Amino acid sequence: MSETTEQADRTAAEASNADERGRYPLQVRNLKKTFGGITAVDDVSFEVEEGTLTGLIGPNGAGKSTTFNLITGMNDPDAGAVRFNGEEITRLASHEIADRGLVRTFQIARELEEMTVLENMMLAPKNQRGEKLWRSVVPGLRDDVRRQEEELLERVWEVLDFFEIDHLAEEYAGNLSGGQRKLLEMARALLTDPDMLLLDEPFAGVNPSLERRLLEHIHELREDGYTFLIVEHDMDLIMNNCERVIVMHQGKILMEGTPAEVKASEDVIEAYLGGEV
Amino acid sequence: MSPSGFRSRASDLLNRDPGLVLAVFGGIYLAYILAGLVFGFSVRGHMNSIANLTFYVAVFGMLALALNLHWGYTGLFNIGVVGFMGIGVYVTAVLAKPPAAQGGAAQVGGFGLPLGIAAIGGVLVAAAVGLVVALPALRLRADYLAIVTIAFSEIIRFTFMSDTFQSFDVPGTVDIAVGGVTLFSYDPAAEMVGFGGGGGLILNYVDPLEAILRTLFLWDPYLGLVDAVSVVIPSNPKPVVDGFVYGLVLLGVVALYYWLLSRTGESPFGRVLKAIREDEDVANSLGKDTSRFKLKSFVLGCALMGFAGILWYAGRGSITPPSFRPNITFYVWIALIIGGAGSNTGSVLGGAVFAALLYEGPRYFKNLVQAAVDIPDGPGSFGQAMAPIGASLDPVPFLVYTLNSIGQLRLVIMGLVLIWLMHNRPEGMLGHRKETAASVDLSRPDRGGPDEDVAAADGGETR
Repeated sequence: MSETTEQADRTAAEASNADERGRYPLQVRNLKKTFGGITAVDDVSFEVEEGTLTGLIGPNGAGKSTTFNLITGMNDPDAGAVRFNGEEITRLASHEIADRGLVRTFQIARELEEMTVLENMMLAPKNQRGEKLWRSVVPGLRDDVRRQEEELLERVWEVLDFFEIDHLAEEYAGNLSGGQRKLLEMARALLTDPDMLLLDEPFAGVNPSLERRLLEHIHELREDGYTFLIVEHDMDLIMNNCERVIVMHQGKILMEGTPAEVKASEDVIEAYLGGEV
Repeated sequence: MSPSGFRSRASDLLNRDPGLVLAVFGGIYLAYILAGLVFGFSVRGHMNSIANLTFYVAVFGMLALALNLHWGYTGLFNIGVVGFMGIGVYVTAVLAKPPAAQGGAAQVGGFGLPLGIAAIGGVLVAAAVGLVVALPALRLRADYLAIVTIAFSEIIRFTFMSDTFQSFDVPGTVDIAVGGVTLFSYDPAAEMVGFGGGGGLILNYVDPLEAILRTLFLWDPYLGLVDAVSVVIPSNPKPVVDGFVYGLVLLGVVALYYWLLSRTGESPFGRVLKAIREDEDVANSLGKDTSRFKLKSFVLGCALMGFAGILWYAGRGSITPPSFRPNITFYVWIALIIGGAGSNTGSVLGGAVFAALLYEGPRYFKNLVQAAVDIPDGPGSFGQAMAPIGASLDPVPFLVYTLNSIGQLRLVIMGLVLIWLMHNRPEGMLGHRKETAASVDLSRPDRGGPDEDVAAADGGETR
C-alpha cells in the first residue's frame, strides 16, 4: 500500500515541478561539514515532503545530529545549501531560522531548569510585545503587554492540556523526568507556531507508555499539517511510524525510501550490523 | 484600567513581600539604635551613624540590584562594576565642575553644567561605555566576559590616574557652519578640563542634596527642618541633617531601581533574559535574538551602576582613582550572593545586610567600644600585641590591636562569611526563590467552559 502511494507521489511530483517548493518545505543540497580531519557530513542532499513524518536514521556517528545542527544554524556548513519554504536559510543565525518556522528540539532535552514549566512555555511564542524592554517598563504601555500575555497564557494552557502536562505547570522544569522534559520541549517548540519541527531523538530515555503518548501527539500534529523530521536510533520506531526514511552512514546518505524499501536493503543491514551479515 | 487589572496589580504589590523587607530593615536599624543607646552615644553620634548606615544600605542595594540584572537574570558575569561607577561619577564631575579660570590655577576645571544635567551625562556615558565593552565581549563565552570586564575596570582606573588624561585644553568656540551660515555656535566656558590624574578631582560644585532639593522646590522647607533640628543638636546641625536626608533620598532611589528592575524582570523581556541565563542555545532555537537581549540587559545594568556611582561619590568633597579599585566590585558581589542572585527583593536585602553587618558593622562596633571605654594606645605590631599575653596573660594590648585593625579584619570576616555561604547556602538568604518572569499571574485563567475538549481540538492548530 505504501508503495502505491509512493508511486503516486512520484508522478505527482514530476507532473508539477512548479509547486515543488510548497510540497517540499525543506530542501538540503550537498551539505558538507568537516571537524578537523573528520568529515562529519559529506555531500548530503535530501528533501522533506510537506505534512509527512520523515525519519533520519543511522548508526552512531553517522552525522545525523551534525546535519540537524547545520540545518538549524547551530553550525555553519563548509559547503552546500539549505532551503526552507523556498528561501535560502544557509548560514542564517539559529534564531532567524527558528523565526521562519523551522524549529528544533534537542537530543538531550534542554530545559530551562530554573524556570517553571509555565515560564518555559510562555517564553516560546513569537512576536511578544513585551520583549521590547521599553514596552515592558513604561507605564501605560505595559497594559498592552499584559493583555497579550493573558492571551498567550490561554494558549499555553491549551497546549499543556494537549500534552497532558498541565499538572506539572508550576513545577520547575529541572524537576521533571526525562520523558516529561521531552513532552515539554515539544510543547514549547509548538508554541512558536512552526511549520516544521526537527526532533532530535525525541524518544531517547522515554518510558514505553510515554513514548506511545508522544507518538500519538506527533501523529495528531502531523494530521493537522505539521511536517516532521525525526532523528532516531530505534529502527523499529521509525519503520512503524514514518512515511519516508533517510538512512545516513559515515556522513553520507546511504539510501532514501519507504520503510519497506529500507528494510529490504542489504546496505542498510550491513551499515547497522557492521557488514558481518 | 480594568478592575481585574487593578486587582492583579494590588495582589502583585502584596506578593512582593514588602513585609520581609520592612522586617529586615527594621531589625538592622533597631540593632544599631539599641547598641548606640547601650553604649551611650550622643544624639549627634546616633544620627550620624544611622545616616551613614542608610547611605551604605542604599548604595549597596542599588548596586546589587543592577548586578542582579546582569548576573541573576541574564547570567552575565560582570566583575567590572566599579569601572562603570567610576565613569559615571568622573564624567559627572567633569561636566559639573566650574570652569578652571574661576576655580583657581592649580586645579583643572569643568564645563560648569548644572549638576542634574551632568549626572544624566554621566549615566549616558556609563551606558555607552557598557555598550562598547559588551559588543565584542558578549560574543565570547561567559568567563571571557568576566576577564574583559575586570580588565576594563582597571583600565578605567589607570586612565583616571594617568598624566595623559590629567588635563586637556578645550577649544575656544565650536562652530557648525554649512555654506557660510552658522547653524550652531557654542563657546564652552571651560578652558581646561580633565580627570586630574592621581590627585583626583575636587568636587567644587553645588552639594548634590541641595541640587536635588532645589529642583523639587524643597530647599526652603528643608532649611526650616534644619532649624527645627537645632533644638536637639544645638551646634551646627546641618551636616547631620544633610546626611540623614540624603540617606532617605537614596532609599527612594533604591525603590525606583526596584520598581524598574521588577518590571524588567517580570515581563517577556525578563523571561528571555532568564532563558539566556539557563541555556542560550535553547533561547536561540526558539527564535530569540539573544545577542540583542544580552546587549540591552548589559547596557541598562551599566547605566544603573553609573548612576549608583554618582550617588555614592558625587557628594564627597573630592574623588581620587584609588576609590575605584576592584574591591568595591567584590563587595557588590558579596551583597548579591548574600541576598541570592535572581531575586530583586533578595538583592535589596543582601545589600542591606552586607552594608549593616559586614561593611559598616565592624567600624560601628569599634566606634561603640570607643564611645563606651577609654581605649589606651594600642601596640604597633602583631608581635607587640602578642607579647604581653605570653609574658603575663594580659590580653588588653591584643584586644586593642584587634580593634584598631578592624578595617583589615573586615575583609577576613567577609571572606569567612562568603566561604560559609558557599558551603551552606549558595542560593542566598531567601533560599531558592525566583520571581516569576511574566507580567501576569500564570495560573490557569478562570474562564470556565469545557477545557479538555477545546484543548484537544485547538492545541495542534497550524497558523
